[in-house]
Amino acid sequence: MTTRWTRKDLLGLRELSADQINFVLETADAFKEVGTRQIKKVPALRGKTLVNFFVEPSTRTRTSFELAAFRLSADVINISASDSSLTKGETLKDTARNLEALHADILVLRHGSAGAPQFLASRLKASVINAGDGAHEHPTQALLDLYTIRERRGKIDGLHVAIIGDILFSRVARSNIFGLLKLGARVTLVGPSTLVPREFEKLGVEISYKIDDVLPKVDVVNLLRIQHERQRREYFPGLGEYTRLFGLTKERAKLLKPDCLIMHPGPINRGVEIDSDVADGVQSVILDQVTNGLAVRMAVLFLCGGISTE
Amino acid sequence: MIIRNARVIDPANKRDEVGDVYISDGKIVASKSEIRNPKSEIGEINAKGLIVAPGLIDMHVHLREPGFSHKETIESGAGAAAAGGFTTVVCMPNTSPAADNPSTIAWIRDRAAAVACVNVLPTGAISKNLAGEELAPIGSLAQAGVVAITDDGHCVQNHEVMRRAVEYARMVDLPVFDHCQEYNLVGNGVIHEAYWSTLLGLPGWPAAGEEAMVMRNILLAELCDHHIHCQHLTTAGSVRLIREARARGVKISGEVCPHHIALTDEAIQNFDTNCKMNPPLRTQADVNALLEGIADRTLSILCSDHAPHADFEKEVEFDAAPFGIIGLETELGLFLDLLVHKHRKIDIARLIEMYTVEPARLLKIDAGTLSTGAPADVTLIDPKLEWTVRVDQFQSASRNSPFDGWKLKGRAVRTIVSGKTVWKL
Repeated sequence: MTTRWTRKDLLGLRELSADQINFVLETADAFKEVGTRQIKKVPALRGKTLVNFFVEPSTRTRTSFELAAFRLSADVINISASDSSLTKGETLKDTARNLEALHADILVLRHGSAGAPQFLASRLKASVINAGDGAHEHPTQALLDLYTIRERRGKIDGLHVAIIGDILFSRVARSNIFGLLKLGARVTLVGPSTLVPREFEKLGVEISYKIDDVLPKVDVVNLLRIQHERQRREYFPGLGEYTRLFGLTKERAKLLKPDCLIMHPGPINRGVEIDSDVADGVQSVILDQVTNGLAVRMAVLFLCGGISTE
Repeated sequence: MIIRNARVIDPANKRDEVGDVYISDGKIVASKSEIRNPKSEIGEINAKGLIVAPGLIDMHVHLREPGFSHKETIESGAGAAAAGGFTTVVCMPNTSPAADNPSTIAWIRDRAAAVACVNVLPTGAISKNLAGEELAPIGSLAQAGVVAITDDGHCVQNHEVMRRAVEYARMVDLPVFDHCQEYNLVGNGVIHEAYWSTLLGLPGWPAAGEEAMVMRNILLAELCDHHIHCQHLTTAGSVRLIREARARGVKISGEVCPHHIALTDEAIQNFDTNCKMNPPLRTQADVNALLEGIADRTLSILCSDHAPHADFEKEVEFDAAPFGIIGLETELGLFLDLLVHKHRKIDIARLIEMYTVEPARLLKIDAGTLSTGAPADVTLIDPKLEWTVRVDQFQSASRNSPFDGWKLKGRAVRTIVSGKTVWKL
């Protein structure tokens, strides 16, 4: 390990170099082994206080961070929007300063506004870990996706990855695009034209509105959930039409190369973006992603949490 | 008072020469012999190397009173205007209560008369409570002394309501100003919709959202044969539409704020809420189109859209922050620096004309000239003075400017209202 980690915060993958991303993945290798032990705990963050500050609801990501922190022996408290003072009119800045006054060392933030983690990171001594900010970035999700691809395929450089679904509103898509391109992958975005605007090409990716043309060519498909509860109606006519045009049905899955990986950040809408059988099939690595998420988040907490004590 | 040895630029009288300006009893007079009370008024300013211009007019500012005096007051906003070289400001009606009734207009005028060191001219609302539904009492507002009507900060979406407002305003001879924003297209947009909105995942505010309303206004100005002035234009498409309409003689005009030519949407990459304004910062191509529009007189008015907000209001998540920045104390410096010195799009005489003759003509006010008998509102400008913007030295009650630390060339050095020096560097 020649790369040293000097970052207090993890705000996104756009700001990381390929070396730094690889360093996180290598660090995660070491932590993955911890999960297989009888005693799944190391003392790396003993005596540190981690606050899971989730202004936007989340179960999966919060639980993963919580468990990662427990396995590193940190003390953890969870605060959600409904039981924070934000509902009483307190600003984000004041809430965070209060948490810092309690000597929190690491703040894991999930927030509906793009840039909220940057806002806090520049104002707090504590490490800020972005657990998803609006439609901006979700760096630990992308890191666990990269980890899973690397684990299964042995590399990322040269692979062709399709990200399919609602790209416009997706922080997972943006972080994946930044990370995959930095590590040398080729990326094609697929989805309805309203949710995959051409402007994305300027980030260095390709765009296709014909899923059947793309599926036979790629090494990985990463399916994103259609966030129909958030969408204004005008973006596409309905879930039925979405499935017809872009769903990974059993029929379409036959177009994939036999070794193509099927990924999904969850939660899955079975029968909408992916058929139930395909989600549970041999090419699916969806549950590997969840397991790897723990190792990757342990690595991120370890690296950033180690900085704040120096 | 005599101002000597200055370069006198008075576009209204096509005067541009080294000479003197004489002031007596708050008015411009023709010669030294006409100074009525020489003993008390014989103050003399040697203005060698400076430009003497008619007092500048900013026809788009928010003074926040009544209702939001934690952001700005008429007194502090007028102080900021004086420090920026402005002798007259036109304030927008999105106060609380909104300036949609004669009593609020009377209150603003009384307050200004009591505490403001510059001339404060109020606008009235187009619609009741700026809601875009029912017409405000535009005739009564005219009688109360407004110089224009506008729902600035909001935009009347219903074209029929806007049409009747323009027709009605024509009867009482008030120009109609419009903040051009089509709400369906813009949605919850907070940043220009293009590369940076895509990269940052912030909701986009497309150029078409402005252009759709500029087009609407051109059509209504023709239909009603009355002047509509499009506020703070930002896009290449808006410039093209206005240029074409003016060439056909349509009574339409447009204004430009300094931030829309000084910055692009790239400035938002670190989520700085002092780069959040409405309409938003656009692309370099739009900036270039605005510069061309200024150069060929498509865009005839310069202004600040001075929009004060308190620190605690701006220091929040980007999409939760209010739109707007202050501008009175930086706009002349920015426009001199960018339009005259850096890009050489216009000369200083045209810049002064855009800040004097053009707004005075649109507003039909007795200002913006050094003609004999005119109010002695005068701005002294050092066009070459190099200075650094320091927000902590501003007269404004707010600090929300993205230009702190910028080095600019050219600024006002003295502001005179009705013969009295109200500010001096």
